[in-house]
Amino acid sequence: MFYREAGQFKTTYIADQELFPVKQDRWGLLIIIGFSFVVIPVVANDYWLQAILIPFLIFSLAALGLNLLTGYAGQLSLGTGGFMAVGAYSCYKLITIFPNTNVIVLILLSGFVAAGFGLIFGIPSLRIKGFYLAVATLAAQFFFEWLFARVGWFYNYNDSGAIEVPVRKVFDIAVTGPIATTEARYIVVLSIVTTLALIATNIVRGRIGRAWMAIRDMDIAAELIGIRPLYTKLIAFGISSYYAGVAGALYVFTYLGAAEVEVFDINISFEILFMVIIGGLGSISGAFFGSAFIVLIPILITNLPLILGIPINAATVEHFNFMIVGALIVLFLIFEPHGLAKIWSIMREKLRVWPFPY
Amino acid sequence: MEILTQIFIQPFFDMIGDPILFLQVIWEGFVTGILYSLIAFGFVLIFKASGVFNFAQGIMVVFAALTLVGLHENGVPAYVALPITIFVMYALAFSVEKFVLRSLVNQPDIILFMATIGITYFLIGLGESIFGGEPKVMITEELLLPYGSITFFDDMLILQEIDIAASIIAAISLIILGLFMGKTRIGIALRAVADDHQAALSVGVSLNTIWVVVWFISGIIALITGIMWGAKSDVSFALSIIALKALPVLILGGFTSIPGAIVGGLIIGVGEKIGEFYWGHLVGGSIEGWLAYMIALVFLFFRPQGLFGEKIIERV
Repeated sequence: MFYREAGQFKTTYIADQELFPVKQDRWGLLIIIGFSFVVIPVVANDYWLQAILIPFLIFSLAALGLNLLTGYAGQLSLGTGGFMAVGAYSCYKLITIFPNTNVIVLILLSGFVAAGFGLIFGIPSLRIKGFYLAVATLAAQFFFEWLFARVGWFYNYNDSGAIEVPVRKVFDIAVTGPIATTEARYIVVLSIVTTLALIATNIVRGRIGRAWMAIRDMDIAAELIGIRPLYTKLIAFGISSYYAGVAGALYVFTYLGAAEVEVFDINISFEILFMVIIGGLGSISGAFFGSAFIVLIPILITNLPLILGIPINAATVEHFNFMIVGALIVLFLIFEPHGLAKIWSIMREKLRVWPFPY
Repeated sequence: MEILTQIFIQPFFDMIGDPILFLQVIWEGFVTGILYSLIAFGFVLIFKASGVFNFAQGIMVVFAALTLVGLHENGVPAYVALPITIFVMYALAFSVEKFVLRSLVNQPDIILFMATIGITYFLIGLGESIFGGEPKVMITEELLLPYGSITFFDDMLILQEIDIAASIIAAISLIILGLFMGKTRIGIALRAVADDHQAALSVGVSLNTIWVVVWFISGIIALITGIMWGAKSDVSFALSIIALKALPVLILGGFTSIPGAIVGGLIIGVGEKIGEFYWGHLVGGSIEGWLAYMIALVFLFFRPQGLFGEKIIERV
């Protein structure tokens, strides 16, 4: 009843090819986007923006990139952290070389550097598949970790070995660096993530997305119907790395403020893979659900004893955190291997016929 | 020109110029390689028997070593702590099968792989809450392992006794496992499952039992690895990183081949040490972290299924 698309007739081809053909989806999304742009910056306090919303959005972007590669094109990758590092460090170098360029442009450009390296590390995918490929992408992860830690040029030879984000202004409002307000950084992240998410939605329903899915489902069959595996897989690696690169640049420039290469270690690659799996493979909204889940759970676990008034020391909470996250992941895989996106689509079906059973 | 000499000619002169040092480097690589082989062996065993890419193998190594050391710290003598640890590994194998694998039968590989990462996180949390996060010292003496070193060529070549013991123990355990797989009833059933799940089921092999056995054997291998590695460095969660080093070994040897795991481990161990020692300084050192992956990656271009892996046949 709430979600009924009966009666929504399409009279033109343009209307038929809309990004969100169902009216409720369209309006729902518009309301969510409007709410996040207008209401949240006014209502939310610094803690909410800094500790929850900004990391949530950045990780969503990275998960989205990995989901394009793993969920849509079927190429398992464990190198996301490495590509995020490429994005962050190339953004840092770009900002050093072009100090007067708009920082948002530079963040978006640094994704292309990551995409280039993604293409290089994607080449093995033509020969190897499945877990062999996953291990091969680990090569990217470890290589970049080593490269950015060892080669001084990448961090401008400063003594700390860390990259520090300079203050940059867009329309006279500081958006990066120590003096930027949380709200400004939030808006920057939100705009970039929204735009890229809409582009991703468009990519996966078009020719490229369909080719990816054909390759994922059976690459030999896809080849027989005229899809070129070389281009398709490399495009998947390129676009996925672009998203990861932009996410990495945002992670350092708008969230951390300063970073060493250790923040992009193997654990972040796994975390993003968790987000993709828990959110749902092959689903754009799944990336957001998964990211919300993985970002919120540790915060919940840390704060729950405080709220309930149970005295417990920080180290114990940290250990329990690992245990609970591990157990939740296993439980999730057992009860809903298709992820949160699947739960959402089941709910949608229910809403559609409610209050009738079918 | 200078740089080309340094890359292609100088290292080989160094090797010939100081053969004893070269032997020392090879020995160090060999010892590391054995530990890689052991971890890879645990991986292969589980992968063959259940198709699960067991990411938790590395943390099982740490967990086993931690249990042993932790029990000893709390006053349990070593000869009691060892059987208890083995029992703990059995309990772990049993619960993994009971609570995780059984519920995930017929799921895609990636789901099972993620589940083992979930197990990894769980074990890290569990180990830290029980035994604490700080590094511990392996109880080498209490386990009657030798320490000290033997020297050859006027103290030029130094072999640690613990390394020699590690190689011998690794070799013995591999032989025992080989006999177990070849001669015993359950070993043959295990090979049958590895060959073909459905065929094994149809002749009455219980998959669930086999999985417990396989995870248990991997647990014991993890314990052996943990003791050996712990004797070389501290027992801490940083050890689990060596599991990641075992992955290129798997690629090189093939996921489904036990000889591949052993040979691959030795190649990676020795290759990595030689690369680091003779070429590493040219690019700033510490290339051990990724060199193995690069070797494996280049290798994959020529043999996508690894050195000894079964040829991948795809049908439409």
